[in-house]
Formats: sequence, C-alpha cells, structure tokens
Amino acid sequence: MASIEMKNIVKKYGDGFPAVNDVSLDIDEGEFMILVGPSGCGKSTLLRMIVGLEDITSGDMVIGGTRVNDKAPRERNLSMVFQNYALYPHLTVFENIAFPLRLAKVDDGEVQRRVNEAADVLELHEHLERKPANLSGGQRQRVAMGRAIVRQAEAFLFDEPLSNLDAKLRGQMRTEISRLQRRLGITTVYVTHDQTEAMTLGDRVCVLRKGKIQQVASPRELYEQPVNLFVAGFIGSPPMNFLPAQLEGSRLTTPFGDIDLDERRAAAVAGRDLLLVGIRPEYFEDASLVDEAKRPLGSVFTARVDVTEWLGDSQFAYIPYEAPDEIRTQLRELSKELDSEELRTQAIVSIDATSRIREGRDAEFWLDSRKVHVFDPTTGDNLTRDADAGAELTRLAAEDRVEQVQSAEGEGISAA
Amino acid sequence: MSTKEKTWWGVAGVAIVLYALFPIAWIVSLSFKAPSALNNGNFLPGAPTWENYSLILTGGASDLFLPALRNSFGICLIATAISCLLAMFAAYAIARLDFPGKKFILGTALAVAIFPVISIVTPLFNLWRNIGLYDTWPGLIIPYLSLTLPISIWTMSAFFREIPWEMEQAAQVDGATTWQAFRKVIVPLAAPGVFTTAIIAFFIAWNDFVYGISLTSTEQARPVPAALGLFSGASQFEDPTGAIAAAAVIVTIPVIVLVLLFQRRIVAGLTNGAVKG
Repeated sequence: MASIEMKNIVKKYGDGFPAVNDVSLDIDEGEFMILVGPSGCGKSTLLRMIVGLEDITSGDMVIGGTRVNDKAPRERNLSMVFQNYALYPHLTVFENIAFPLRLAKVDDGEVQRRVNEAADVLELHEHLERKPANLSGGQRQRVAMGRAIVRQAEAFLFDEPLSNLDAKLRGQMRTEISRLQRRLGITTVYVTHDQTEAMTLGDRVCVLRKGKIQQVASPRELYEQPVNLFVAGFIGSPPMNFLPAQLEGSRLTTPFGDIDLDERRAAAVAGRDLLLVGIRPEYFEDASLVDEAKRPLGSVFTARVDVTEWLGDSQFAYIPYEAPDEIRTQLRELSKELDSEELRTQAIVSIDATSRIREGRDAEFWLDSRKVHVFDPTTGDNLTRDADAGAELTRLAAEDRVEQVQSAEGEGISAA
Repeated sequence: MSTKEKTWWGVAGVAIVLYALFPIAWIVSLSFKAPSALNNGNFLPGAPTWENYSLILTGGASDLFLPALRNSFGICLIATAISCLLAMFAAYAIARLDFPGKKFILGTALAVAIFPVISIVTPLFNLWRNIGLYDTWPGLIIPYLSLTLPISIWTMSAFFREIPWEMEQAAQVDGATTWQAFRKVIVPLAAPGVFTTAIIAFFIAWNDFVYGISLTSTEQARPVPAALGLFSGASQFEDPTGAIAAAAVIVTIPVIVLVLLFQRRIVAGLTNGAVKG
C-alpha cells in the first residue's frame, strides 16, 4: 500500500497535443480516487502513466516515496484491471489468477493458498478449472479482479472496468468493488466516465477536462459546491439546469420568475449584468405539494410542461424556456463537451411521483432558491461557491473513510 | 436451402472433386502398372504390381531416390524451422512496434515473393560455385528461406495483429519482462498461426524444383523433385514413367498426412492471411 503523488504531469503526443496538461494530484494511502471526465479528457492516459504503460513527457510520478518515471511497469508493483479484462485465453482461471505469482516465482503451495484466498473473496471456486472463454462477462470481470488482488500490490488501478457489463451487473459489481477496496484498504485509482460510479465509489473524485484538473473533492462537495459550469454540468443526473438571469440589486430575474439571493451570494455577484443560474432538478417541486412551512423559502412560478416522465419512484418534467443567443451557444458548447447533445433550451425538473401535473398544460412550480449557484457566463466560474462549506464536506468524507478502514481492519483482526 | 438446391450443390461438388483428384488417381494407378502395361490406355492397372515401388526403394533407382528423400526432408525441415523463427520475430515487430521502414520491410518481402525464381537461379548458380555452396544443404536452405520467409512474415503478422495489445500490457503490469510477456502470452496465443505458417512454408520448400535441379549435382543435396527428373528406365528404350509415378505417390503422402491432420487450422490460417494481411 502506498500513496501516489503526481507533480506537474504533462503528456504530449507526437503532434504536440497535450493529452494531459500540468496535472498535480496527491492520492493518500488507502484512498479510493476516481478520475472522471468526458471522453478524450485524458483520464485513461493519466492512469496508464501511473502504471507505466505510457511515457511521461514531463513532471514527477512518485509512488510510495520513490520517483518511478523511468521504471518499467513490472518494477512498479501495481495491479491493474483493464476495460476488456485482458485475461489470458490459453490459461485456466486458476492460472490466470496465479500468473503474477508464477512470474514472481512464488512456490507452489503458496500459489495454491493465495489463489484460493482470492477465489474465496470473489466466489470463483467452482470456475477455477475453466477457461475464460467459457465464462460470463461478470465472471471474467471477477477473474480480472482476482488477478489484481492475488499479490500484495502497492495500489489497484481500474480502467473503466464495468463499461462492458450490462446495467444490472454493473450495479452489483460496483458495490462489490467498493466492499473489496474497503476490506483490503488498498490505494485505488479508478477511471470512469460514468458519474454514478464516480459518486458512489470515490472517497475523492478528480474531474478532468481536456487534460486539466477542474476540481478534486469528495462527491458531496462536487455536487453541492462545484467550482465551475463544467463540473456542475457533469456531476448530477439529470444534469443541473442553467437559466439565463438579469441581476437587479440582490434579485435575479429568470425565465422562471425572480430569485432572491442572500447577502453572501448577492455580494459575490454584485456589479454584473447577465448571469447563469444553476439549479438542480430536485430544487424544484410541484407547488401544490409543498409544505406551507417550506413555501416561503423559495419562489413560485407558472410554466407550460412539455413532457413528463414517470418512473415510479420519481417523476421528471421538461420545461422549455427562451434564452438570449449568446447564452444559447454557450450552453450548446457545454453540452457538446459533456458528451451530450442538447438541442433545445429546456429545464429538467424533478417533481414528486404522486404529482398530477400533465403534459402540455400550464402548471405551478415551487423553486427552492437556497442552494442555487450563480455562474459567470463567459468564464464559467461559479461566483457563489462557498469554499469553506465545500472543504468541510470533503473533510467529513475523509473522516468517514478513516473510520471505515479502521473498522475493516478491526474486523480483520477479530476474524483472524 | 431447398432439397433441389442441395442436390445441385452436391453434384457440382462431386464433379469438382473428381476433376481435381483425377490426375492423382491416374498417378496412383500408373504406379501399380507393369512397364508393359503403361501405355495400354486403361485406367485400372490390369495386373497390379509392386514392381515400381521395389525399384525405387530397394532396386536400381533407390540410389537416386532414397538419398533425395533424406535430403528433401532435412533441407525442408531446417528451412521451415529457420524461416518460422525469423518470421516470428519479424512479424511481432511489424505488428507491435512503430519503427521507421516498417512499410519498406513488408513491401520488400512482397517483392521478393513475386520475383520469378528462374531469373535469379543462374547468378545464384555461379555465386554458389565460387563460394563453395553449390551442391550442399545450406546451398538450398538459403534460397528456400527467400521463398518461405515473405509469406511467413505476412501470415504471422496477420496473426499477431489479432492478439490484443492489452494482453501484453497486462502481463507487463503483472510483472513480466517484454521477453516473458512474448514467450508466456503472445507465443501460446499465436501458436495456431505459427503452426499454419510452418506447414505452408514446408509445402513451398517441399515442392520446389527449379532451385533443386539447378543448384545440386549429386545425391549429396539433391531433393526429390529434382531426382524424379533424373530417373531413367532399365534401358534407353524404356520409359521410367512407372518409377516416377511411384516416387510421386510416396512424396505426396507426407503432404496429404499433414493437410488431413491440420486442415482446419490451415484453412483458417489461409483466409486469415488473405483478409487481414
């Protein structure tokens, strides 16, 4: 187990294009770090530089206190799970898992013991004598993880390990990976473009965009206190709604009525004209279902609903709105960068599943204005970010992690 | 497919097989005929005899045939082994590494393969005589390499390209050196490809006539195809046709055995090279 430090890491390809640009990131011992971003953001390249499959153009990669820039992958003692698993088709499951041990010339009895141990953890016992070709996707995935955990590696690296599985299995394997990481308490770097994986697995999440780090924080901080439009739009599903707004004093005029800002936020945005307000879908509610006590904390507006989607436990309504051209192009560019194709300016709002709001009719909505963020439309910066509150969220997450690792160790001791 | 269509396919298939196998059947039949019956025009030998076989295996022609058989096996096996080994490394480099001149190597290999053998045989004959390679095993192995290497490199690089890069990277992360990754992961995965290539290369060398007849003069290195051309009858008025037919049957047997044993892999290998190469 080791910490991983990256100092000003740059990766330039032959044509001079920087796939990773000046990335500095510290990953603590035993921490679960997620690298996330849309395709082409450099997250996989960064992972491959950690493991040594990709050369580092400049900067320092320090693992467990030693600089490893010039070390071959085999000298770094890391284990990695590949996107397509990369199992050896000519070897049985047992030999696949034992492969790293065989290379290290571990004696037979020890190999037997450790492979069986790994097979216990991953419930692979009845498959040990089979070949990978005869296994299902989920089983192959487990074999790949078995090969990773069978030796005492300094860290685990995962490169989109779940993207080849179907949705149901993905959910199961996600919790499996989380449990495994906590149990082994080993430093883990996990690359994904799936933000559910990012939010549920990570102690901290590093959001990348075009080879640059946007924000490194706990999932909660990313969600509540995003640093800019990109992070705000990337984290959360359905995504945050961005509405154009005019500022008058401490009051924002939006297509969905006026929003009053508190003192701190009013001061932060003062002196600007055109702004973008970011509102999460769940800050909205069907006005008729809101508690009388809560009602004064937000504002009520009327809008025509385009489409509703009822999912049983929740319900989404789509409300189109008009936006000035410059905002429209800005939002379109953002959505393109986030790998989605947003054709119209519309807000997605989450309303109670019991709400009887109908498509094509006018309806009354309530908007909780306490947590809205205000962004500068030209730079994309979050003007109302509360850095202290964010840091507090990440600190709490770190405390949780320490506690979980300790309790896992305690269990391990009592079990032994 | 309807029954009618199936019947037609069957009929056409049988016709093609008959057409292709007829010359071989004729040779087999000839090999069992007595010299006097050679020109009687009957397909079936009236009175089958082992005379021709005993002539080439134990009789007067055995001095010519048996050393040639030994030469052919030895030379072809050595040429195949060397060419597979070299082609394996070359193909691995071509499939995996990015180095200047990669296209050039592949292009040259192809150019060598399409170069007519007959045009280089005369200069080679003079050169070999001057440096002492004439009528020796290496004197044939070297030109055979030039025949087998290009096709070996092409088929094998097609096989290597099909092995995902991640296999090797996974092995390296698991603690393997480049050589260990090659030996423990890539070679086992490429084994069918190496095998197919070896068989194809063996056939090419086995069937060669031009080099065999031009670069040898005694039984020291003369391969079977060349030896067959030098058979003579018991007297100058007698054709050695029966003996040649018997020898042809004997040299065809190893080829047929190889093909029957590995036919599925060869077919896969051939199409593989054709489509991906």
